[in-house]
Amino acid sequence: MTDLEIKKSATKDPGRRPPAALGKADSVDQITRRSFFSWLSIGWLAFIAATGGFFTMMLRFFFPNVLFEPVQTFRAGFPEDYTIGEVDLRWKDKYGVWIVRNEEGIYALSTTCTHLGCTPNWLISEQKFKCPCHGSGFFKTGINFEGPAPRPLERYKIILADDGQVIVDKTKKFQQEKGQWGDPEAFMKV
Amino acid sequence: MLEKFRETQFYKSIFRGGGVPKSRRQRMMVVLNSVFLHLHPVRLPKHAVKLKFTWCMGGLSFFIFLILTISGILLMFYYRPTIEYAYTDIIDLAEQVPFGIMREVHRWGAHAMVITVWLHMFRVFMTGSYKPPREFNWAVGVILLLLTLLLSFTGYLLPWDQLAIWAITVGSNMARATPFFGHEGPGAALLAIGDINFITMGSDARFALIGGRFMGEAALLRFYVLHCIGLPFIIMIFMAVHFWRIRKDGGISTPV
Repeated sequence: MTDLEIKKSATKDPGRRPPAALGKADSVDQITRRSFFSWLSIGWLAFIAATGGFFTMMLRFFFPNVLFEPVQTFRAGFPEDYTIGEVDLRWKDKYGVWIVRNEEGIYALSTTCTHLGCTPNWLISEQKFKCPCHGSGFFKTGINFEGPAPRPLERYKIILADDGQVIVDKTKKFQQEKGQWGDPEAFMKV
Repeated sequence: MLEKFRETQFYKSIFRGGGVPKSRRQRMMVVLNSVFLHLHPVRLPKHAVKLKFTWCMGGLSFFIFLILTISGILLMFYYRPTIEYAYTDIIDLAEQVPFGIMREVHRWGAHAMVITVWLHMFRVFMTGSYKPPREFNWAVGVILLLLTLLLSFTGYLLPWDQLAIWAITVGSNMARATPFFGHEGPGAALLAIGDINFITMGSDARFALIGGRFMGEAALLRFYVLHCIGLPFIIMIFMAVHFWRIRKDGGISTPV
C-alpha cells in the first residue's frame, strides 16, 4: 500500500487509522510536526544557500581573470626618440597615448576626450587636438580651449627606467584641474 | 464541411473545449482555453477598438516586436559577432545576400518600435489609463520601455562601425558614474579596505557590461548575447504579464 492509498483510505473514513499490520503506520507516526518543520527549514536554508551561491557564481562569471587587452604599462623607447616641440603619434592606436616633448621634458597625454570619451586628432597645422565628435579643442599641453570639453586631457605617469627607456604607466593618471600635473611622475624632466 | 471537421477528434484534441461554439459561453471558452488567446480580453467594448482612442500603438509595438524577432533570427544566420567579421557581414547582408533588405527591416523596425512604445506611453498617460486598478500595469509598461531602449542600445553596437563604437563608448561611460558600483561614481571610494579599492576600472559596473576596460571583442560579444537572447527573453515575460493584466484589470480603459 502506498502513501497515497493510505491517505485515500484515511479520507474515506477519517476516524479509522490504517491497519498497523500493513507496517506503514509506524513510520508515518515517527514524523512529528516539530521534526517535519525543522527538516523543512533546513531544506529551505539549504535551498537558499545553494541559490545564493549560484547567483554569486553567476556574478563572478562576468569578471574574467585574464583580459585580452593591450598592457597598461609599456616602454616607449628612449627620450632621444622624441623630437622637441612635436606631438608623437606612434602610440596613439596601440595604447591611446600621445607623447609630447618640449624643451624641459616629456609628458604622456591620454587620447580620450574629456567630453564624452572620443579620440581627438592632432592637427599639426593648427597646433591643436581637435575632437571629431563634438568639436572640443585642446592645446598641445592638453588644456581645453574650445568646444564642450569641461576639463583638460589627462596625463599618464611617465618615468625613466634603469635602462634609460621611457616607461608610461596608464594605471596612474594626473588631472590638471586637481593640481596633479605638478607631480614629478606627471612630467619627466630630460 | 468545416463544421464537420470541427467535430472530429483531430480538431477537438487540438482545440480544447472543441466543437462549434454555439453559445456566448462557448465562444468565451474558446478564448480562455487557448494559451495564446487567453492573454487577450474575451470581448472588447466598442469604444476600445476606436483608433482615435487607442492609436493602436500598443498593438503596433507588439506587431513590430514580432517583425524584429523574425528578421533578427534571419540576420543571425549570417552575422558573426567578432571584430574581424561583424562589419563586413553587415555589408555582405546589404550587398550580396538575397533580400538582404532584412537588415534594413530590422534597423528601421527598431527605430519604429521605440517610437510606437513612446507614443503608446503618451496615449496611456493622456487617457488616464494608468489609474487604479491599472497602476501595476503602468509599472510593467515602464519596465518594457526600459527593455526596449536597452534592446535598441545593445543592437546599436553590433554593426561595429565608427558610429556604433563611439555611441557605445559614450553610453557605457555613463556606467562609470554608477553610485557605489562605478569606479568614478559617488561612494565607490567607500568600498575599500585601507588602500585597496574594490571598485576599480577592472571590477565595476561598466566592466561587467562591456567585459573589459576598453571597448573591444568582449563588449561586442556581450552585447550580442544580451541583444539576441537575454533581453528578448526578459521582455517576452514582461509582455505576457502586460497583456494578461490588461484583461484582468478590466480590458482597455473607457473614455471619460
